[in-house]
Amino acid sequence: MLRVDGLHTFYGHIEALRGVDLTVEEGEIVTLIGANGAGKSTLLMTLCGSPRAARGTISFDGRDITAMPTHEIVRLGIAQAPEGRRIFPFMTVLENLQMGAITTDPRHFDTDLERVFELYPRLRERRHQTGGTLSGGEQQMLAIGRALMSRPRLLLLDEPSLGLAPNLVKQIFTVVREINEGQGVTVFLVEQNAYHALRLAHRGYVMANGRIILSGTGQELLANPEIRAAYLEGGH
Amino acid sequence: MTATVQTPGRAATPPPRPLDRRRLLVDAALTALVVLALSFALVGFKIEDVPGGLDLLLRFDDVVVAAALAFLVRLGVDLLGAGRPLPVLATSLALAGALAGLLVAEQGQTEPGALTRWLPFGAVVVDWLVVMIALGFAARAAADLWRRRATVAPVATEASTIAATLRVATRVLGPLLLGVAVTLPFLPEVDRRILDIAILVVTYVMLGWGLNIVVGLAGLLDLGYVAFYAVGAYSYALLAQSFGFGFWTCLPFAGIMAGFAGILLGFPVLRLRGDYLAIVTLGFGEIVRVVLLNWYQFTGGPDGISGIPRPTFFGLELTRTASGGGETFHGFFGLTYSPTDRIIYLYYIVLALALLTNAFTMRIRKLPIGRAWEALREDEIACRSLGINPRNTKLTAFSIGAMFGGFGGAFFATRQGFISPESFTFIESAIILAIVVLGGMGSQIGVVFAAVLLIGLPEIFRDLQQYRMLAFGGAMVVIMLWRPRGLLARRRPTIHLPPEGAGR
Repeated sequence: MLRVDGLHTFYGHIEALRGVDLTVEEGEIVTLIGANGAGKSTLLMTLCGSPRAARGTISFDGRDITAMPTHEIVRLGIAQAPEGRRIFPFMTVLENLQMGAITTDPRHFDTDLERVFELYPRLRERRHQTGGTLSGGEQQMLAIGRALMSRPRLLLLDEPSLGLAPNLVKQIFTVVREINEGQGVTVFLVEQNAYHALRLAHRGYVMANGRIILSGTGQELLANPEIRAAYLEGGH
Repeated sequence: MTATVQTPGRAATPPPRPLDRRRLLVDAALTALVVLALSFALVGFKIEDVPGGLDLLLRFDDVVVAAALAFLVRLGVDLLGAGRPLPVLATSLALAGALAGLLVAEQGQTEPGALTRWLPFGAVVVDWLVVMIALGFAARAAADLWRRRATVAPVATEASTIAATLRVATRVLGPLLLGVAVTLPFLPEVDRRILDIAILVVTYVMLGWGLNIVVGLAGLLDLGYVAFYAVGAYSYALLAQSFGFGFWTCLPFAGIMAGFAGILLGFPVLRLRGDYLAIVTLGFGEIVRVVLLNWYQFTGGPDGISGIPRPTFFGLELTRTASGGGETFHGFFGLTYSPTDRIIYLYYIVLALALLTNAFTMRIRKLPIGRAWEALREDEIACRSLGINPRNTKLTAFSIGAMFGGFGGAFFATRQGFISPESFTFIESAIILAIVVLGGMGSQIGVVFAAVLLIGLPEIFRDLQQYRMLAFGGAMVVIMLWRPRGLLARRRPTIHLPPEGAGR
């Protein structure tokens, strides 16, 4: 479904991605783990065309999207819950969700809204509250919910567990599975929380210094002693 | 002193903090000192034209009064903050009563000025202002007392009660204001002067609403809005002058031309944000003005364009005698001619234009493009990740905002009958922007209040010209301190769901 070949991205002279290859197949949850500064978020943002890839190709459903403007990429069925959530703080929850649906047929709005509210009953309770007054966890729910409102086929999540309490992290990941299994949305998840992410994912990639250094199924990676030493020991 | 000290008449809940008298007095005295230092040179000396030269007038009494008032105001604020509303209430009521009494008595006096020498300041309006401020303090103190009596009302709910009051107020105020606006020309006591002021205010309301699309909704800080106003005015003036078109024919053209200018400005500034955007738009406004000033063959340069035709009523002229074989309004309807008719007609035109702007904005806020504007204001990156094209969204905001500026400009030209680049200086942009910001960005009714405050009041208090800019600046500072997001900064959501389980 999503295919990345030899991707290079620069910030000025700094090479953030040094030839990344990966694939995401339809119906999968694929996770990308790695330390701070490994290039995980850069990869996710390059997928959406900002910043642009210097070399390499990104294709979605066999179509080259490397040079496409961001808003057109999104319209192909890729939705992103960006890093730092980036919800609209002065709009209500409902309006935030409505913004997510701005590219879709308005006839779907009511059913889609109901779907999101079923996933996150908390959002239903808070639907008239402004986004800025939500707690961190609720904002994350809203960011994911907003992304889902565009009826995506591929959902990109950038560190959804960032800054959340452990029980909330668990909840967020449960819902990601629900989105994948119940609604058939393919998920590409970038995470630092390697343990939870790998347990959830069908397959995983490990990134360091702008390169993919390991890949395998979630279970394989969890069992890998190197991974255990680097990302799992001394925590969780 | 101890916490057990109680003033009679005040219920003991909650126990007020102990009062540090010395700190209060020092604070108030310092404030008075600042006022004294500031006003000593500014107010204390006045140069007056007298026959045979200039005379230096000393007004140290005013300086002293100003400092004393500052002392009282600061003390009042501090006392209210310390939870001692009673003395504030008493003092402010006494002061307001005494002043107002003197002022009223003065009006009944046969010999003018008999009592005024007991009043601070020469100008009666300033004295009334002092009364107003004192009454404001009294109201606040009374509200504090009342709240204490009621015992409930924890501080946390204060914000929400204010919000609720505002919500009700705006819901009632909108229709009420509309009613007043529509019937204004026929209200008693409304003369030509008031109508002229009303036209001016409504023009600025309209411009404020137009700019609100750009600044309030889309969040693009535009310091050159007057450029579009100028483009609209000159479009109409030139079309009328060269081809003899009338106002109604040219109005759409003026809007289109201004909208086009908006796109022209929009393209180079697409990547800019915040301060940088403001600087470029400021430059754009100046460029337009300078071009108008120097392109003599086309625009008449500093001479401007005169003889711009007045609007007609379906081809009927609102003059005493029709020009060139036309028919007059009063002749057609068999009325007696009144020169006010034309003013009333102008008033209704601008009111209609303003209401059109408002209706348009209210409607578009609920459409995808309007929601995209608001989202763009809040977070451009998030917008992009939701599939919104920021370029088109910004350009439409600029051009539609500019279009309404163009309508306003065409109206300005037809009202004045004469335009020159002097009418389109930066200060106009600044005033329109101030109206939007003070009103509360994105708030429609806030713009109305701010326009009345910034345009109407200075016009009404014209005799106080020397204090005008002072009051203007003072009002700005006060509003920014107390309501930093604008007078009526409450965004109304564009979508609602019925409450859970409510069977409607």
